[in-house]
Amino acid sequence: MQLMSIFKPKFWDYEDVAAGPFKHLFNFRRIWKQTVFLTLAVTLSPLIFMAAIDYRVSREAIDTDIQLRTARLVSNTRRSVTFFLEERKSALSYVTHDNLLEDIMSHERLADILEHLKHSFGGFTDLGAIDERGIQKAYAGPYQLEGVDYSQEQWYREVLERGSFVSDVFLGVRQTPHFVIAIRCHCPTGLPYVLRATIDTDKFNDLFAGLDVAGHGDVFIINRRGILQTASHTYGAVLDPVPLPVPPFSERSEVIDTADLDLNPTVIGYAYIEDTPFILMICKNKRELMLPWKATQLEILMFLTVSVVAILLVILWGASFLVSRIHDADQKRVATLHQVEYSNKMASIGRLAAGVAHEINNPLAVINEKAGLIKDLFLLKESYAADEKLLGLLDSIIKSVERCGAITRRLLGFARHMGGPPSIQRIEIKDVIHEVLGLLGKEASYRAIEVSVDVPDNLPGIESDLGKIQQVLINLLNNAFAAVSDGGHITVKVRKLDEYLAVAVVDDGCGIPEADRKRIFEPFFSTKTTRGGTGLGLSITYGLIKDLGGEVQVESELGQGTTFTVTLPLVRKPEKGSDNACSVGG
Amino acid sequence: MRVLLVDDEIELVSTLAERLTLRGFQVDWFAAPLDALAAVRDNPYDVAVLDVKIPKMGGLELKKEMERLQPKLRFIFMTGHGSLEDFEAGVDEAGAGFYLVKPVNIEVLTEKIRQLSAEEGNHP
Repeated sequence: MQLMSIFKPKFWDYEDVAAGPFKHLFNFRRIWKQTVFLTLAVTLSPLIFMAAIDYRVSREAIDTDIQLRTARLVSNTRRSVTFFLEERKSALSYVTHDNLLEDIMSHERLADILEHLKHSFGGFTDLGAIDERGIQKAYAGPYQLEGVDYSQEQWYREVLERGSFVSDVFLGVRQTPHFVIAIRCHCPTGLPYVLRATIDTDKFNDLFAGLDVAGHGDVFIINRRGILQTASHTYGAVLDPVPLPVPPFSERSEVIDTADLDLNPTVIGYAYIEDTPFILMICKNKRELMLPWKATQLEILMFLTVSVVAILLVILWGASFLVSRIHDADQKRVATLHQVEYSNKMASIGRLAAGVAHEINNPLAVINEKAGLIKDLFLLKESYAADEKLLGLLDSIIKSVERCGAITRRLLGFARHMGGPPSIQRIEIKDVIHEVLGLLGKEASYRAIEVSVDVPDNLPGIESDLGKIQQVLINLLNNAFAAVSDGGHITVKVRKLDEYLAVAVVDDGCGIPEADRKRIFEPFFSTKTTRGGTGLGLSITYGLIKDLGGEVQVESELGQGTTFTVTLPLVRKPEKGSDNACSVGG
Repeated sequence: MRVLLVDDEIELVSTLAERLTLRGFQVDWFAAPLDALAAVRDNPYDVAVLDVKIPKMGGLELKKEMERLQPKLRFIFMTGHGSLEDFEAGVDEAGAGFYLVKPVNIEVLTEKIRQLSAEEGNHP
């Protein structure tokens, strides 16, 4: 709340009560809101729109890039794997063509060939030759497998049918992962036989180790049932099932966006390797791949945030500043309006008072003459002339008429200066004070308020506008009367200060709180609103004093009293901007 | 000593006339300015006491007319206070004059009439 009150502009809670219903021109809060929202809309929306578009476009671009890179890597790796397998098949095929059937079916020769193959290609573990009945006739390798019957095996039938066969990876007796490549050959008699070799999967691992895969990439092979054929960093060891769905068959390299078990976004590239049960898989952590892009986006976002905050601050400040200016101007307008209304009112009151005084003056003169005539007649007749009671009554009538006459004269004197055009004349301040106190004297005596006047005798007269000085004194004295309680004291003091006269109205009333002291001369500031105050008295007094080229100061102590001091120049200075002042109203 | 009184307020002017008569003046009073002019045309007066605001013809205009008829006639004006300034401005144009503010003090008025008629008497 405290913070809010610092930033809250003056106009926020302003209600133009004083102007009255339907007289206010501006709803400042609405103007402010409209300005802020409109400028925010036109400045921020393009910025945010551009940022959003950039986000989308760059994201799509990076997605495409990742897919393309992955697809290319899958393609290349598949080519390597296919080549590796084809190379070994070709080697076996070469062996069948380069050797006589008898040689192949002999253990010694086969052992030689195995040695050559190991030496030239690597990866070969054993080699076996199986005749047309499915019996392994010769075997070179770590085991004793000669004479084993493969005729009922699925793979044997498959190789006879299709010409070549690549098996799933299996552990075997030595607990090392390997797989089988078998090819069908025909002996000179036309009967088929099969050359079978076991390949170590270490070669695959060597092949994959050389790959540089971004985004913590993982390259491995699975079979069509989803069993790992090579070890994977992420999904486990050889022959573990992969916790990913087996991708659908495709002849080409494919890339799919998916999520792993921990729901991390993952890019999977895969390719089915022809004539084998193998599926090459490359998995990349998409989050890792997106990191550079995310860093850029973060920078853009930070820039966007800073821009938005800066724009917001500038717009808020600008709107508040401009609306405050309108508010100030409007305050001046309303105050001027009220000044004009006030002087019109004063002029009306003046005319009314003058009319009343005139109307009363004529019958008063008649009463005066009639009473005078009666007195004259009484004085002529001896019987009445001695009657002191009758003469006393007549004297009392005549005195009362004189008093009424004095009142009407005073009223007319005031009325003439109220709201009329400014008339500069030489004024004895003492006379003015006594005249004004004469008007307020009755209230003072009713409320037992002691009013004292402290004016030195040797004061010079001042050149000023009598009507305005009267109004200033009436307003200040009225305020003092309102502030003091019955039986209080009010003093009017006058002192000469160089070129000025200082007139002080001192009361011992309730005083003005510190917080209000700065605002008492503002239009419409009133603590007497519930008691019929308009909040204009002091503001108009202030205006009148300024018109006279004077100054006003206030000193007050709560509960002790208040002193208003008006300093008036002895000689009136030429008025500034009087042309404008005169053109208002009409 | 003949005094002419002009004021549109009959009650006032008649009573004032009676009081002046009691004080030994020969007084004629009129509420209408034209009747007063007619009287000035026919009779010599020493002093004329005029209200400043008389309907149809202002006090100053009446004074001019009367001066034309009787150049030696002296004038006293009665006025409501409100019009004093306008009157003063008029007096400055029209020349010397003397005024009393209503309600007038009879002693001041008689004293002034005596004073003016004495001046008039000193006049050649």
